[in-house]
Amino acid sequence: MTVVADRPNGLEKADAATPEFEKAANRAASRRGFLLSLPAYTYLVLFFAVPLGIVMIYSFATRNRFGGTDLSGWNLDAYRKLGEPIVRDILFRSLWLAALTTLICLVVAYPFAYFIATRTPVIRNLMLVFVMIPFWTNFLVRNYAWRVLLGNDGLFTNISEALGLGERELLFTTSAVVIGLVYGFLPFMVLPLYASIERIDLSLIEASRDLYASGFQTLRRVLLPLSMPGVIAGSILVFVPSLGAYVTPEILGGAKTTLLGSYIVTQFLTARNWPVGASLSFVLMTIMLIATLVYFRTGGRNL
Amino acid sequence: MSGEPIPAVKLTGITKRFGDVVAVDDIGLEIADGEFFALLGPSGCGKTTTLRMIAGLEFPTEGSLKIFGNEAGTLPANKRPVNTVFQDYALFPHMTVEANVAFGLKMQRVPKNEIASRVQEAIGLVRLEGMGQRRSQQLSGGQRQRVALARALVNRPKVLLLDEPLGALDLKLRQEMQSELKALQREVGITFVFVTHDQEEALTMADRIGVMNQGELLQVGSPAEIYEHPVNRFVANFIGQTNLLDASVVSNDKVCLANGEHIPGHCDLPVGTRVAVCLRPERAEMYPPAKVPDGQRSVTGRLESVTYLGNALVYTVVLDWARLEVRRENQPGGYRPHVGEEVAVSWTDKAISVVRA
Amino acid sequence: MSSTVQPRGTTKIALAAHSWLVYLFFFAPILVLIVFSFSDDNNVGRWGGFTLEWYQDFVENTQLQNAVWVSIRVAVLSTVISVVLGTLAALALERFKFRGRKVFDALLYLPIIIPDVTMAVMMLLFFSEFFDLLETWFGLDWQKGLSSITISHIAFNISFVSVVVRARLAGMSEVLEEAALDLYASRWKTFRYVTFPQILPGVAAGALLALTLSLDDVVITQFSSGPGATTLPVFVFGLIRRGVTPLINATSVLMLAASVILVALSLAFQQFSGRPSLRTARQAISAKPTTNTQSKEGIPQ
Repeated sequence: MTVVADRPNGLEKADAATPEFEKAANRAASRRGFLLSLPAYTYLVLFFAVPLGIVMIYSFATRNRFGGTDLSGWNLDAYRKLGEPIVRDILFRSLWLAALTTLICLVVAYPFAYFIATRTPVIRNLMLVFVMIPFWTNFLVRNYAWRVLLGNDGLFTNISEALGLGERELLFTTSAVVIGLVYGFLPFMVLPLYASIERIDLSLIEASRDLYASGFQTLRRVLLPLSMPGVIAGSILVFVPSLGAYVTPEILGGAKTTLLGSYIVTQFLTARNWPVGASLSFVLMTIMLIATLVYFRTGGRNL
Repeated sequence: MSGEPIPAVKLTGITKRFGDVVAVDDIGLEIADGEFFALLGPSGCGKTTTLRMIAGLEFPTEGSLKIFGNEAGTLPANKRPVNTVFQDYALFPHMTVEANVAFGLKMQRVPKNEIASRVQEAIGLVRLEGMGQRRSQQLSGGQRQRVALARALVNRPKVLLLDEPLGALDLKLRQEMQSELKALQREVGITFVFVTHDQEEALTMADRIGVMNQGELLQVGSPAEIYEHPVNRFVANFIGQTNLLDASVVSNDKVCLANGEHIPGHCDLPVGTRVAVCLRPERAEMYPPAKVPDGQRSVTGRLESVTYLGNALVYTVVLDWARLEVRRENQPGGYRPHVGEEVAVSWTDKAISVVRA
Repeated sequence: MSSTVQPRGTTKIALAAHSWLVYLFFFAPILVLIVFSFSDDNNVGRWGGFTLEWYQDFVENTQLQNAVWVSIRVAVLSTVISVVLGTLAALALERFKFRGRKVFDALLYLPIIIPDVTMAVMMLLFFSEFFDLLETWFGLDWQKGLSSITISHIAFNISFVSVVVRARLAGMSEVLEEAALDLYASRWKTFRYVTFPQILPGVAAGALLALTLSLDDVVITQFSSGPGATTLPVFVFGLIRRGVTPLINATSVLMLAASVILVALSLAFQQFSGRPSLRTARQAISAKPTTNTQSKEGIPQ
């Protein structure tokens, strides 16, 4: 065995370690990290943080007579306007629709997720892939598909007529918007629910049945409490984007069902009241941030 | 040439602080060329940090670290002539066994044909012929360990570091690998430094052991020295089973037990110092109270329990000031007291050692 | 699984039936859309025999063609840049401690959780101020268009790429890098031969996610685009608001096909990487933002 032979290159010159050297080495490592982050950091400061700051400034600005915005003389007028009935109605309608969407998603997704979680691994993965596919397909196209289905000569309407249910015009109603939102965000409910149900030890259900609980009692007292993190995570994941939705209500909703997202866009594109649009965007963002914090607090990070 | 051989690794005043936490506290240590050295201690005692400092994966806060006489304290890991076998082997999962083993040579720009022959040699050394094209996921735990060894040894390091090398293996395989590692070390003649928390592993494999606790190196010595003459209560307790009797120093060859009895026991500490008398369970003897042979010290107590181990029996005897364990070989016809009986636990003067409390 | 755990009798049948209905809900609208895109009837809800006429229309429509090209250029450019920046950011955050790390971490999450509409407003106001500034200071007359859209897309894609790559890095033991260092690899070689091959599936998944997001976005693009250039989704969105036509059907189906190719690619990558595919899949899904939401890695297999 010749493995013992010396390595050809001997040791390089080096010194005994000192606290100064250690500090310098740590500093060098931290500098490397900083340099790696620098491109993205700079980019986000320039093209994200600065724009965010501008929105904040605009929300305190005043709209002038020409539809422009005066940045001098900051005030809270734009925020005060949020209390006016028209804006308030829109805000409440958006909250209500988002809540309804969340509830429907929860009711539909829970048994579905439970069913997936109790399959064998192969079938389980296959089922999940088929949840992913519609989810990854273009969001606009998916909304458009419902527009086609629900239109006054669409398949849905034709079937409804043929079945003698009368001519049901769903398009441009609140129902159509809710259908679109549920369709868009259902996977957000399914996946965290699945994740939290899957990690429950299913022998607990057996134990519960063994202790004379009925199926419903088992669901209420065992399954639901244990999958609570998934319920909360899924609810937030559905509620938050529903609240800020723009494309879905624009395509499926009507003039009477203006929601927050569309209203903000209108403030910029047609009404030209930028301060109000900016302040509403800010309010929307705050709601999202709070929801996200709740999400992390309840362990969403671990789902 | 001076008569003193140059140590493979020499640590002087090595200290490592992480913020306010002192992980390794002012260690001095010499490891001789060709030695199989074990750093032993409970988890968090600083042994792994010490190993990582020798590897260059961590820089000491202070102190000198010499490898074959050359200062290496500030060299990064890729410039040190040492290699490491990591705890979970850290094989590159996207490479075959051969590519893993060749990695170090490739990085050192060793010529291709030399790489090929050295890789085959190293794979042969750890008896993995024919496995070269496998990936690490396709190997068993023991095989992965061999790959990790080959990957390190192929570089012909001056010192090989092993971090809990057998920790991930099950008991049977671990025992096999112990003797195999030992044989391998003799074959290649490289200095091995390994870290373990398993005292039995250290005693079995190492030429010398360094016992660490809370960042301090408490004792360095051969397995026998450490077992027979532990320097303090911690070492005595950590290496093997032991009975520790509270005592204090009376003179440099007498101590006073907690029951007031003076017994012979060598100790260089000042008079009055609190110490412990260390009596290994297998060195203690047990007799009916009146039948202790002459020349043996004894204490009398009540037998509390007997644990049957198959090849041996462990008796627990309670005194009003101590509790003693006595281990007796399971031989027919011996003295077999019953639980609750009065028994005398005895020892010869040579059986005990006095350690710092 | 023991049979007692399985729901029994009617419950079991109900659960299975429910699941089939959910899949019907997921796929029926898409299938109907595909079928009717081949229908030879101006009325999109009625079957008028097979035709490729609408696809012919698509090919001949120069406006749509332009939009397609803008989309592709924006998507590719923003993906390439955000993959580089996002991967570097992921490496910095997962492997180094540095001053400002926490602020950077938070800043990197914001584009994921911020509502699309808010981000759209941000970009609109930013570009309006920015272009004013360019004009008054440098006399430059710059218009919103391809470059401004790309800038906006990079701003959200960096975050999504970095989340996906970070998840992969977090799953990769740092010991591998130490082992490489111990085996005489320099820092660069450690990255080149160990870290990068290990995170490649994550980088690929991140790139596919960035492509998808870029091709998906409507609002932010709409607010960052000028008269010069619009992407396909924004153009189609404008058409849809005016009414449903067979041409939009055909265009939608083609967009659908592009999405499916991307999904297939991402699934293939996960298979290729030899890892349990669901982890990355779920990761990518929860990071997908039509949505503005995300969930960090950590679903146990």
